[in-house]
Amino acid sequence: MPIEVLMPALSPTMTEGTLAKWTVKEGDTVASGDVIAEIETDKATMEVEAVDEGTIGKIVIAEGTENVAVNAVIAYILEEDEDASALDNVSASSAPKADAAPAEAKEEEKAPASSSNAAPVAASGAIERAEQDPRAMSVMNATQDEKTYTSFKTQTVREALRDAMAEEMRADENVYVMGEEVAQYQGAYKVTQGLLDEFGDKRVVDTPITEHGFTGLATGSAFMGLKPVLEFMTFNFAMQAIDQIINSAAKTLYMSGGQLGCPIVFRGPNGAASRVGAQHSQCYASWYAHCPGLKVVAPWSAADAKGLLKAAIRDPNPIVFLENEILYGQSFEVPDDEDFVLPIGQAKIEREGTDVTIVAFSIMVGKALKAAEQLAEQGISAEVINLRTIRPLDVNTIVRSVMKTNRLVTCEEGWHFAGIGAEIASVIMEHAFDYLDAPVARVTGEDVPMPYAANLEVLALPQEQHIVDAAKAVCYR
Amino acid sequence: MATTKRKRATTRADNQASSDDLLKYYREMLLIRRFEEKAGQLYGMGLIGGFCHLYIGQEAVVVGMQAAITGDDGVITSYRDHGHMLACGMDPAGVMAELTGREGGYSHGKGGSMHMFSKEKNFYGGHGIVGGQVSLGTGIAFNYKYRGQDRVCLTYLGDGAVNQGQVYESFNMAALWKLPVIYCIENNQYAMGTSAQRHSASPDLYERGSAYGIPGEQVDGMDVLAVKDAGERAVAHCREGKGPYILELKTYRYRGHSMSDPAKYRTKDELDKMRKEHDPIDMVKKLLIDGDIIDEAGLKDIDKDVKAEVAKAAEFAQNSPEPDVSELFTDILIDA
Repeated sequence: MPIEVLMPALSPTMTEGTLAKWTVKEGDTVASGDVIAEIETDKATMEVEAVDEGTIGKIVIAEGTENVAVNAVIAYILEEDEDASALDNVSASSAPKADAAPAEAKEEEKAPASSSNAAPVAASGAIERAEQDPRAMSVMNATQDEKTYTSFKTQTVREALRDAMAEEMRADENVYVMGEEVAQYQGAYKVTQGLLDEFGDKRVVDTPITEHGFTGLATGSAFMGLKPVLEFMTFNFAMQAIDQIINSAAKTLYMSGGQLGCPIVFRGPNGAASRVGAQHSQCYASWYAHCPGLKVVAPWSAADAKGLLKAAIRDPNPIVFLENEILYGQSFEVPDDEDFVLPIGQAKIEREGTDVTIVAFSIMVGKALKAAEQLAEQGISAEVINLRTIRPLDVNTIVRSVMKTNRLVTCEEGWHFAGIGAEIASVIMEHAFDYLDAPVARVTGEDVPMPYAANLEVLALPQEQHIVDAAKAVCYR
Repeated sequence: MATTKRKRATTRADNQASSDDLLKYYREMLLIRRFEEKAGQLYGMGLIGGFCHLYIGQEAVVVGMQAAITGDDGVITSYRDHGHMLACGMDPAGVMAELTGREGGYSHGKGGSMHMFSKEKNFYGGHGIVGGQVSLGTGIAFNYKYRGQDRVCLTYLGDGAVNQGQVYESFNMAALWKLPVIYCIENNQYAMGTSAQRHSASPDLYERGSAYGIPGEQVDGMDVLAVKDAGERAVAHCREGKGPYILELKTYRYRGHSMSDPAKYRTKDELDKMRKEHDPIDMVKKLLIDGDIIDEAGLKDIDKDVKAEVAKAAEFAQNSPEPDVSELFTDILIDA
């Protein structure tokens, strides 16, 4: 059979073009790679190369012909052992061929309704509806009672983080710590204090100031099965490296069809510290939480910090672990138990209440608890949820709480636009709309870069009083 | 201290390859060329979507470098990656099926032309962000050193990538920590449509590591024997624990940057001259014929064999079903 030469597409969007010129004539011999014609589209003129060798048997479309459909036969090439008689049977079929695109996605109707925001109408209750949402599935089924501990010790968040790393490094040779000033300096915020002495410079690695580079390097090592705990001096500096965090660490498992996992923890202080200005004070929770392929964790207490960091280091996925500089020095009770670890993806109800649900993470949990005390004095019973994990979001715990309180206030230091509060408000609207007695209120940072002046900084950050006011507003008090 | 840079003659390598080696290189380069031609054809038929960056003209680089390493060593590159995968011994059918976005592709159709991997063959992608693979490859080398493995990582980058900041961040760390990584700069002289003269303040890319004390060599990347020769020097350097090495492989891509590039930024004469006078496959063909290693009929048999392999890959790539819709939600996270 003669070989069909088809009108090529030069891009996925091209449907037709002009056959501008033939550079060969019937009877010419051609080899693979020889230019045989030129075609024109609205964008460019391109050469058509022969893919097969042989003799040009017949030119079907004359040069100068416009609007030649992609995949139409434009010529026939005779193979070595063929002569012109082989063309007798084919000339009739030289009409444009049917679209050769892959079998159309006839399966569409079977596809899970992944991006549809509409909750199935038939579902009877909010929890059931939420359970059917593929985005929430993994966490909706996960809720379980937290293990209880009897023995506790008082620790700062800083010490708890250090202990978590040290314990996991003792347990697994593949765990190493890397970052700026993590070794000899003992950590810019002293979180890695003592690790160099115990584990040596092979496993506690000081880097140059080179965030993009060392993030890519650590990610590459994680593809190979090492388990880096990468410290950013602050998450503001991770912006230099966000390409590697998203494009490499988060996406490669999917792009490789499950071949290359990336067990890495990106950790460091996130959000505002005190008087460090706009470039050192941003909250990145919503940036990372936006991306599939990442888990995003934000501890508040020392127990959170220890239990969640241990879980993060053991987790086979890339984890963004958002700490807070102001919390580093605060002390909490931490279970004194070698096996203490907290599940990722599960929120904690820090204070039970019946009138309004306050959802917070990281430093805002402390402010929310203080606000709840004030509210109690005013006769409002607030339930405070410490998210602990932002992605995957524990929708179950929030929905159940709102079903009870019928009112919701979200708290975060970050900006309101497309923030975590915006996401939670959406989730509640989708899954518990009928249970809401008031619109969801968001307490967030003001929509400005962080100012340096002390008085302005206080105004830019969400305070306890904002939470009290928002809670009263949704309670119509 | 070792010389930090070395510009070697870019003439044919002086080492003698065995007849078997020459035949092997010929076949491997031809497989890449025929595969890429077929990919171009399938793209033209609408069977391959998106971007498709062909490797035609550059075959000697990957075949020569692969001949300098062992199967245990790692390879990572950017998005012009089909040649690298075939050189690593990945199945052409699995690669082609990934190009057509089918279940039988290396990533089950979820990666596409630019994002393909084979853990089994130590091929770590296939990366779509220019320069991104350079720090990842440096990390693969960090892993080898951490585990005390006698392995090197070939980290390929184009002449376009050499101006990305993370490349130098990687050079610095690799030199500082003596990591076994070979940076193979495939200088095909065009960063998409911008020529090296227009994008690089210094045209000698092998010198780009000199600030870090990384030895560099410029190599005729159209000559598979010269590439192998230089590759072996680089590998020996790494295996001796001396740290990274840079090879600038001067090469040329015959096709445009991607399928929709008419390549108007260069002259037809320039292209024709490279094809006629410096074609890497023709060069080995001449060595085979002149050395009486094989005759024209023998070469034709190889051609037929390669063509059949590519035809089989193309057929598989067209017949393999599209991924099951359930694949949409798999491989996002590993169950903890």
